[in-house]
Amino acid sequence: MSRLEKNGLIDRTQKLRFTFDSKFFEGFQGDTLASALLANDVKLVGRSFKYHRPRGIVGGGAEEPNALVELRSGARREPNTRATTAELYDGLEARSQNRWPSLDFDVLAVNGLLSPFFGAAFYYKTFMWPKAAWEKLYEPAIRRAAGLGRAAQEADPDIYEKANAFCDVLVIGSGPAGLSAALAAGRSGARVILAEEDFAFGGRLLSERTTINDAAPTEFVDKTLAELRALPNVRLMRRTSVAAIYDDCYAAVERVGDHLRTPEKFQPRQILWRITAKRAVLAAGALDRPIVFGGNNRPGVMLAAPAQTYINRFAVAPAKKMAVFANNDAAWTTAFDALDAGAEVAALIDTRDTVSPTLAQAAQDRGLRVILGGEVFATKGKCLDSIELRAAGKTEILQVDGLAMSSGFSPNIALTCHHGGKPVWNEAIAAFVPGECPPGLSVAGAATGAYSLSDCLAQGAAQGAQAATEAGFKATAPDTPKAEDAPRALKAFWHVENSKGMAFVDFQNDVCAKDVVLAHKEGFVSVEHLKRYTTLGMATDQGKLSNVPGLALMAKQSGKTIAETGTTMFRPPWSPVALGAFAGHHRAKDFRPARLTPTHALAEELGAVFVEAGPWLRAAYFPRKGETNWKQSVDREVRAVRESVGVIDVSTFGKIELQGPDVGKLLDRIYINTFSTLPIGKARYGVMLREDGFVMDDGTTARLGQDRWIMTTTTANAAKVSQHLDFCLQNLWPDLDVRMASVSEQWAQIAVAGPRSRGLIAQIVDDASAVSAENLPYMGALETTVLGGVQARIFRLSFSGELGFEIAVPADQGEQLARKILETGAEWDATFYGLEALAVMRIEKGHVSGPELNGQTTAADLGFGRMASTKKDYIGAVMARRPALTDPDRMGFVGFKPVNPKEVLRAGAHVLAKGAAATTENDLGYLTSATISPTLGHAIALGFVKGGAARIGEILRAWDGLRGTDILVEILAPAFYDSKGERSNG
Amino acid sequence: MLIPCPYCGARDAEEFSYRGDATPVRPDAAAPDAAEQFHDYVYLRDNPAGAFRELWYHSAGCRRWVEVERDTLTHAITATRFAAEGRRA
Repeated sequence: MSRLEKNGLIDRTQKLRFTFDSKFFEGFQGDTLASALLANDVKLVGRSFKYHRPRGIVGGGAEEPNALVELRSGARREPNTRATTAELYDGLEARSQNRWPSLDFDVLAVNGLLSPFFGAAFYYKTFMWPKAAWEKLYEPAIRRAAGLGRAAQEADPDIYEKANAFCDVLVIGSGPAGLSAALAAGRSGARVILAEEDFAFGGRLLSERTTINDAAPTEFVDKTLAELRALPNVRLMRRTSVAAIYDDCYAAVERVGDHLRTPEKFQPRQILWRITAKRAVLAAGALDRPIVFGGNNRPGVMLAAPAQTYINRFAVAPAKKMAVFANNDAAWTTAFDALDAGAEVAALIDTRDTVSPTLAQAAQDRGLRVILGGEVFATKGKCLDSIELRAAGKTEILQVDGLAMSSGFSPNIALTCHHGGKPVWNEAIAAFVPGECPPGLSVAGAATGAYSLSDCLAQGAAQGAQAATEAGFKATAPDTPKAEDAPRALKAFWHVENSKGMAFVDFQNDVCAKDVVLAHKEGFVSVEHLKRYTTLGMATDQGKLSNVPGLALMAKQSGKTIAETGTTMFRPPWSPVALGAFAGHHRAKDFRPARLTPTHALAEELGAVFVEAGPWLRAAYFPRKGETNWKQSVDREVRAVRESVGVIDVSTFGKIELQGPDVGKLLDRIYINTFSTLPIGKARYGVMLREDGFVMDDGTTARLGQDRWIMTTTTANAAKVSQHLDFCLQNLWPDLDVRMASVSEQWAQIAVAGPRSRGLIAQIVDDASAVSAENLPYMGALETTVLGGVQARIFRLSFSGELGFEIAVPADQGEQLARKILETGAEWDATFYGLEALAVMRIEKGHVSGPELNGQTTAADLGFGRMASTKKDYIGAVMARRPALTDPDRMGFVGFKPVNPKEVLRAGAHVLAKGAAATTENDLGYLTSATISPTLGHAIALGFVKGGAARIGEILRAWDGLRGTDILVEILAPAFYDSKGERSNG
Repeated sequence: MLIPCPYCGARDAEEFSYRGDATPVRPDAAAPDAAEQFHDYVYLRDNPAGAFRELWYHSAGCRRWVEVERDTLTHAITATRFAAEGRRA
C-alpha cells in the first residue's frame, strides 16, 4: 500500500470496494479511481493506442492521456473514462483497454518492438496497395489493433436531461481565483453560478501546502464556501464541467449520477446545462506539462503537479522512491511535499544551471539531493525501476520507481478560443495565455498565467467584482487575504536530445519526437498539418499535455520561435461529453413529440394500425376479424365509401382563419386563381406557388362571411403556409388589412363520404334542411350546429370522389362527433377508414398529393394551367412564365395502367419508350403514386411523362431498376374513376 | 444565440426560423423587365462577411417577422425591429 498514514482529504472511515480487471481493491470516500489505484500500487493501467506500450497514470484530471478505462459493465459500460476524473464509489467496476489477452501480457506489444517502422502516417504509406485490401483486410485489422475501449452494445438504461440556467455572473472553476470571484460577485447580490468540474470545490488549494491568512488553504475554501452557501443568490454546482461557449450561452455537463453505482429511480445520470450568463469569469487554472525524453511514457513517470495532488489531497505516495525532473521552481515543491510526507526522494534533477538561493536552501534543509544542469535521457523497467541521467558530463543510474516531470504550466485557455480568439505566446512563462475572449468572458488567476497564490486571489476578486458591476450590480473587490507565495521561476526546456528509446510527445496517440521531425522533413510545416499527419493533439485529451511540447519541437525544426510557429485552436468541447447528454430525453419514442388526432382513442378502440405521417400518428387502416392482410382491410374500406358511407379524421390538415376586408386581395396574390369573387358560403380549390414558379401547396379556402375566411392546407405544409402568409402580410404587403391565425389544433374535422353520407349527416346536424342539396351544394360551406348545439362548420368537399361532407367542430368535441356518426351510421355500416384507403381513392380520382407536389412541378405540369389567372399578379406568376417552365415538352401529369392487368405498378419506376435503353437521355418520366384499385380491379398509377396529356393512349414502359421490373403501360388521363365528377356533385 | 424580439424580448434562436437577406424588394410584375428583376429577386443574394440585415421569423413565439442587424463574423446583433416597420419606413 502506498497510502500515507495521515492527512489528505479522504474520509478514512468510509471504505469503498472496487474492482480493476476483476481484482478487488479498497479505497476511501474522496478518492478518484486513479488515486485509489495508486494507493493500491497499481501502476500499469492501460496499453497505448498504437504500440501497445504499458502505460500508467500521468495526470490528475481531464488532461489524463493514458489511464483510460472501461467503467461499469453491461448496458452501462462506458469506454475511455479517465481514471483521474472517475469518482470512486462502492462497487465500481473498471477494466483496462486495448490489450489482449491481459494487461500484463499483451500480444500486440510486438508493435512497440516494430516501432522503427511505425512512423508518422505509417498506415497511409504502407497499406496503399492493393486498394481493395484496405477496406477488407488492412483497416479492420488495424482498427482491432489500435483501439480504445468498447462501447456498450445495449441501449443506455439511464436518463439524461437538458436544462437551462440563468445568472448574472458565471464563475468557471473554484480554485483561489474562482472562489474569490464568486464571493465578490455574490456579495453584490448578483445571481452567481459557480461551476466546478471536480467533485470537491477548491481547485489547486486542495493540492498545495501553503497558507492563506496563516492557515491551511482548505480553511479558506471551507470558510468561503460557507459564506457562498449562505447567499441565496449563489448556486454552487460541483461535478459540473463547462464544456463550451456558444453564442450567448455556456454549455455545461453536470455529472449528477456518475459517482453512484446506478442512479436513483428518476434521477438523471447527467444533465446538459445551457447557462445564459450576462458575464463569466474563467478561473480554470493551469496544467502541468511533460518533458520529451527517452522512456518518458513508462508507468511510474508522472507530471509533477498531479504527483503533488496525490500526495497532499489523496494521501498517496505515487512511488516508494522517486525523483523529480523539471525546468521550474514549482516542481520543487512536489519533491518537498513528498519528503515531508515521508516518501523517499532520490534526487531532484533540474535542467537549469542556477536556481534561487531560497529554493536551494529549502532543498538543503530537507537533505534533498539536487542535480542542476541535468537531464534524464532514459528509463528502464516495464513499470519504472530506474532512470539514466547525465549532468556535468557524467551519466548516472538512479534506482527509482517514480519520476515526477514538469516543463512548466499551461494555462487552461481552451474556452477562450471557442469564439475564434487566438492564444498569445508569453515567453516569460513559456506558455500560451488568452487572446481575445468571447464577449462577456474575462479570465482570472492561473488561467491568465498568473500563478502566484496572491495574484490568483486578487485577480479573482477583481474580475468577480468587475463582472458583477458590468451585469448591473454595485460590487467591490473584497480585501485579498494574505497568502504565502511559492517561487515560480522557469526556463523553457522541452526535449532531451540524444535520448535513449522512444521520447513521447503525445502519450494518447503515441506520437514521438521523431514523428514530429519526420513530419517536418516531409513538408508538413503548418501546425494544423502536423496535427493531422501525426494525429498529435487528437482524441479524448485533445492535446492538453502535448500541444505545447509538440509546437516547441516543431519550432526547433523550422528554426522559428514558438510564437511564429503558431498554435492549434481549441474547439468545443473542453472535455468529452456523452452522446446521451446531447440527446437528453429525445430518444426512442420521445425522439420527437407525436401529434394525435382528436379521434385517436376511438381509432385505438377500433383496432387501427397507426402510421407516422410527419409529426402525426394517423390510422393507416382498421383491420376487422378474419382479415389477414392490410390490403383486405383497405379494399373493404374503399368499397364502403364507394358503395355506402365512410368516415375519416382529417383534422391534420392545416387550417388558417383569415379575417379582414382585404382577405380576398391577399388570396388573389397568393393563389394562382381568383378568390376575391368567391361568394359567401362557398369554398374553392386553390393552388399556391413559390416565388420561383413551382407549386408550394394546394387546398380549399371557404368564405364564411364578408370578411371571414377559412383556408385549409395540406398536412405536411401547415406550418410552412402559415409562415408564408405571415411573410406576405408583414413583409410584402403590410398595407393589407388582414388578421390571421392558425386554428389547425382548435378544430377537429371529420370527413363523411359515400352515397349514404347525406342521410347520415342529416341526422347529425340540428337542422337537417341545412345539408340539403339546395342549401349545401357541391363546394358549399356553412356554419350551423350539430349534436344539439355544438358549433360546427360543414363543407361539401370530396377527396374520395364520392358525395362528401367535412364537419368541423371544436377539437374537444371531435371524438364525440365521430362516435355519434359511427353510431348513427351503423345501419349503413358506416366505416372508419384510414390513410391507406384515402390514398387509394385519391389515386383513383387522380388528385395530386405530396408525391406530386414535390417541389419540381409547376401548376401547368399538374394540369392546373388553365386555373392560373392571367389578369393579376400573384406569387410565382412571373417566374412560372419562364421558357423552361412553359416548354410543351415538360413532363406533365398523367395516369398509367399496365397493359397486362395482372401486373403491379410501383412508384419510383421510370418511363421509357419501347426498346429504349434505360439511360438518362431516354428517360421520359416517372411514376409518383401507385396502387391496385379495388374499384377497377387492376393496378393504376399517377406520374409524369414528357409531353403530358399529348401522350394519352400511347404504350410505354414502366422500368424499375431497383426492383428489376419492366412493365408495358398505357398512358391515360389521371382521373381513372368518375372522371366527370358526377358522384361528388350529386 | 439570443435574438431580441421587439415583441417578446431576448429569446433563444431556436424559437426562430431563418430566411436570409432582408433587403431584396419584390419587383413590380408589370415592369417591362419584370422577368429579369424577379430572377435577381429570387436567386441573387450577397453573402457579406460583416454587417448584415436579415429576416428571422419568431415561429415558436409571437409569429412576427423580425429584421435583425447581425454581424455574420461575430454573430453580434446590433438592432432588431419588426419587418413591417422596416417596409413602411
